[in-house]
Amino acid sequence: MSTHVVSTNLTETFVPMSARRLLIFGGIALIAGGMLFGDIFAIFVLHQNGGQTGQALLAASEAVSAGNALAVKEAFQRIGGLLEDHGTKVDTHVHMTDAGYLALLLALIQPYVALPPRRKKLLAGLFIAGGLLLPVGIFLIHYIGLAYSPFSAIGWASVLADSAGAVLILVLIAEGYGFWLFLRGNDSGREPELPADRTWERRVLLSGGTLLILVGFLYGAWYAAVDLYRHEARETQILTNMLDSSAGGQGGAVVAVANYGSLAAERAVKIAAHSHLIEFGLLAMLLSFVQPYVGLSDRWKRRWVVMLLLGSVILPVFVLLEMNFGLVAGGIADVGGLLVIIALAGMLVGVLRYSGSLDLGDASS
Amino acid sequence: MTTGRRVLVIGGLALATLGMLYGLHYAVFVEHQTLDRMGGSLAQAFLNAAGRNLPGAHQAIEAYASTKYDYVRQVDIHSHWIGLAMLLIILGAVFDQVALSPQAKTWIATSLVAGSFFFPLGVILQTISHGAEWASGLAIVGSATVTIALGAVVWGFARSGA
Repeated sequence: MSTHVVSTNLTETFVPMSARRLLIFGGIALIAGGMLFGDIFAIFVLHQNGGQTGQALLAASEAVSAGNALAVKEAFQRIGGLLEDHGTKVDTHVHMTDAGYLALLLALIQPYVALPPRRKKLLAGLFIAGGLLLPVGIFLIHYIGLAYSPFSAIGWASVLADSAGAVLILVLIAEGYGFWLFLRGNDSGREPELPADRTWERRVLLSGGTLLILVGFLYGAWYAAVDLYRHEARETQILTNMLDSSAGGQGGAVVAVANYGSLAAERAVKIAAHSHLIEFGLLAMLLSFVQPYVGLSDRWKRRWVVMLLLGSVILPVFVLLEMNFGLVAGGIADVGGLLVIIALAGMLVGVLRYSGSLDLGDASS
Repeated sequence: MTTGRRVLVIGGLALATLGMLYGLHYAVFVEHQTLDRMGGSLAQAFLNAAGRNLPGAHQAIEAYASTKYDYVRQVDIHSHWIGLAMLLIILGAVFDQVALSPQAKTWIATSLVAGSFFFPLGVILQTISHGAEWASGLAIVGSATVTIALGAVVWGFARSGA
């Protein structure tokens, strides 16, 4: 196996326009962009979309009462469009953020990828491009639909998204191949590993991140054991009641639709709390590795770390509390998300400052 | 590079690739058709009810519930495999800071990789036979293995003061 070098000089690990630098810049930008999109979606689309879906479902129930099959079809066309709008926006947020996480991960393992520097840089560029085009393609699915598509079920936006996904897979396979070469003792493209510093910021982000992930796991296990099957059974029961009462002309459709909306909300907030706890935990752990490249004073670095962890706790906790305290809790959860975005932007500015000073130093020398 | 780190990084890269390949296959060949079937069943249930055919409506609701049961698990396997893969690679990078014996760390790394593979696999196998206890058992054992191993990692970090 090839030996690796732990650098005592930080500048050696952050060479201008290197694969690692590209992956760190691109990764943080993708994560911040994905989170900003998620926050905008939560504030301006999520609740409005849910309300419109409920109204369309109520219209479908009323059409059942009236025995009007045409109105049922129209209502379901509306519901289908609203669900697609909602689903593609959630997927845009998730895929952009996750591509950013993977970019930071790839930056982390660059010392173990035995490929020539130019090829590593090409792979990094392809990964960032794929990570950007994948969510853009997903976002456009709802707006482009099947226009000019030669396929029966897949439109051009889906083709863009799937192609970008394929690029990400190919890059991962190439990076895996480089790692395999490293394990076989190939020294090509060897670069120094990051020094294992134990600064306050790094320790707090690592331990805080691991704890968030553990709490997220335990909550997910609780949800799967207690709520998942109960929710599935309740949904079937509510829909059956809705149809029985509508067809029998007994009324009660409004209550059934309200119950359905309440179930959908309960399910959404519980899954969101689980996934955000784990994603923020991963983010905190990943950002602990970036800290040596944040060119800010210790005081400011600590401020961003505390803000990031605070937001990472506030968002999932208050998302859960939405069931009890409604939009007030939802608003506080959005502020939590904003704190994470601001902390990320602060760290990105720090990385830019660091690389700027590094490049200026290189130029003057 | 220690054995534990190697297991975590290789396992993580392999699992991320597997999760993405599954996601691509699902998006191209399965998802659109599943969503069409799900929406179609629900619409059919309402149309049957509008025509006062309640047994038909109930049957369509059952079909909708069954398709949604599969859909939720099919999407879950994609996100869980990739999410767990990211965790494995990150832990691979910091595994030297876990203050436990090399042998214990190799066991923890192996448990993390095995649990991360088998937990979502158990979830997707539930779609072959709805409510199958053996599939649920595999998912429970897998997730418990990952959680316990992660608890051991936290303990190792605490011992090192990391």
